[in-house]
Amino acid sequence: MARIELDEIAHSYLPDPKGESDYAIKRVHTVWEDGGAYALLGPSGCGKTTMLNIISGLVAPTKGRVLYDGRDVTAMTPEKRNIAQVFQFPVLYDTMTVFDNLAFPLRNRGIEKNEVNKRVHEVAEILDLTPFLKKKAAGLAADAKQKISLGRGLVRSDVAAILFDEPLTVIDPHLKWHLRRKLKDIHDQLKLTLIYVTHDQMEALTFADKVVVMYEGEIVQVGTPEDLFENPEHTFVGYFIGSPGMNLLSCTLNGNIAQIDGAKIPLDQNTAELGARTRGKIELGIRPKYLEVNSEPGGNGVPADIKNVEDLGSYKIVTLTLAGKTLHAKLSEDKPVPAGRVWLVFPPHGIRLYADGRLVK
Amino acid sequence: MGKWENNKAWFLVVPVLVFVAFSAIIPLMTVVNYSVQDILAPGQTVFVGTEWFKKVVHDYRLHDALWRQFLFSGLVLLIEMPLGILIALAMPKKGWGVSFSLVVLALPLLIPWNTIGSIWIIFTRPDIGLFGAAINKLGIPFDHTRTALDAWITLMLMEVWHWTPLVALLAYAGLRAIPEMYYQAAKIDGASAWSTFFYIQLPKMRGVLTIALLLRFMDSFLIYAEPFVLTGGGPGDATTFLSIYLVKIATGQFDVGPAAAFSLIYFLIVLLLCFVFYQVLQNVGKGAKV
Repeated sequence: MARIELDEIAHSYLPDPKGESDYAIKRVHTVWEDGGAYALLGPSGCGKTTMLNIISGLVAPTKGRVLYDGRDVTAMTPEKRNIAQVFQFPVLYDTMTVFDNLAFPLRNRGIEKNEVNKRVHEVAEILDLTPFLKKKAAGLAADAKQKISLGRGLVRSDVAAILFDEPLTVIDPHLKWHLRRKLKDIHDQLKLTLIYVTHDQMEALTFADKVVVMYEGEIVQVGTPEDLFENPEHTFVGYFIGSPGMNLLSCTLNGNIAQIDGAKIPLDQNTAELGARTRGKIELGIRPKYLEVNSEPGGNGVPADIKNVEDLGSYKIVTLTLAGKTLHAKLSEDKPVPAGRVWLVFPPHGIRLYADGRLVK
Repeated sequence: MGKWENNKAWFLVVPVLVFVAFSAIIPLMTVVNYSVQDILAPGQTVFVGTEWFKKVVHDYRLHDALWRQFLFSGLVLLIEMPLGILIALAMPKKGWGVSFSLVVLALPLLIPWNTIGSIWIIFTRPDIGLFGAAINKLGIPFDHTRTALDAWITLMLMEVWHWTPLVALLAYAGLRAIPEMYYQAAKIDGASAWSTFFYIQLPKMRGVLTIALLLRFMDSFLIYAEPFVLTGGGPGDATTFLSIYLVKIATGQFDVGPAAAFSLIYFLIVLLLCFVFYQVLQNVGKGAKV
């Protein structure tokens, strides 16, 4: 188990990177605390897997250092770093039994036979694989196979961290929940450092204590699921997290008023002051659940038109246009939705301001 | 009513049936027909039952040819399979070297079989051949037209040179199809190069290697053109393989009946052995299903 530090990491797959666009990882400087359950979340192609491979040692970073408990391991192989990794598709040694699969990493390290036996049986017990130990691994179902891949990491008692690269991709939906639960249990039981790469926000938010959101080769926010939802530090986090994502509208600031074309939206004192001090392209963000839809003008309502209403059972998603821009509002099931022209209220506590994509704070 | 519609469906199968009949069944039946008759003159035939089969089964020259054939195919497989895998493992994985080595490997496969025999006749001639003359100059007497062993060595060399590339190409395709993460997992598990080969590469290549083995077995068991050109079956009967002997009977002595019986037995042996190989390879390393 280890505390993993990434010190000013940058990585390019090109032999001779020039501009910033040549880098798959632009600049990452972060710490993964010992025993933490982390999710690395981001869209496809944002550098998640590259980052994971840099941590495990499968990829050597172009720049920067990787530290395990303060020790520089940048030049070490994955085997030396003592890391375990579970891949997108189950990786098995087809010709071996489940037992031999689990014992393989231990045998390669020359561990004594009794100890191998003991560890394999312990891990098989944790993963509910005991009944399969004598079976060939090739004949098992996808979820059992993925558990074996995980087991090959768990058998090593001194493993520094276990890395997961979208491990549930090939698992049936009804088993996904079960396996995720299992991972959580294992984490609570063994207090291992887990880093879990996914592009599925549900998976990330339910699995992790801390979610690391990546976007275009950079970490844009590290936080608890609640942080990501309430205080997205980047417009990307705003619209990537949540379904539908945050409404983002470019606006101009005028004292306590944010102006979106003709519509005037009042801000609270604090937000307005923060906004007054910033430069750059200003955007106003608000989560769909904070928007209020009224059928009558009044208060601070700004006129908007309803385009579409989707009833999702426990709530409704309303699509509106305001000054030519599309917005979503999330209304509770019992609230009636007026048709056509409505008045939208932006409660000041739900409003966040962004300058050039970054949260103004 | 349902029955009538099913009968109509049979018409749709007719083209395939006609095609298969003319391409396989009718020629095969002709052979069967010859194998049970003695043709005294055109239009004058006598039914002889299993006589030709008995004769062929007891023909000691055929027995010799059969064992020779087994030895030849066995040696070919023993050399070509491991060698092909080794070449595939050593081939470059990216860059210009990939296309270069693929083209070089494929060259022997593109040469007509008769030409290959001619190339090797010249190459191994003891007086002017690059290989034959050189080895004689070194003081080692070598003449494939006189010594049985030399004829075999020449044939084996030619066969290995000609067909190992096929095994290598198939094995290479199998290797390239292994996802990178298997190697990554092996690295993380601390596997040695030998374990990686034995537990990942070899099992993952099983499919293509099965095909390579079957193709190489069939081709080497049916080999005709190259030894016919190179040694003509000699010296003596040293390189008279089954198909060479078969052609000698069929067209040399014009014993169509025995030749037909021989063909059928030959065909059944190949079929049986392919079936056995296939079954064994399919089940190798496969465990009980859950």
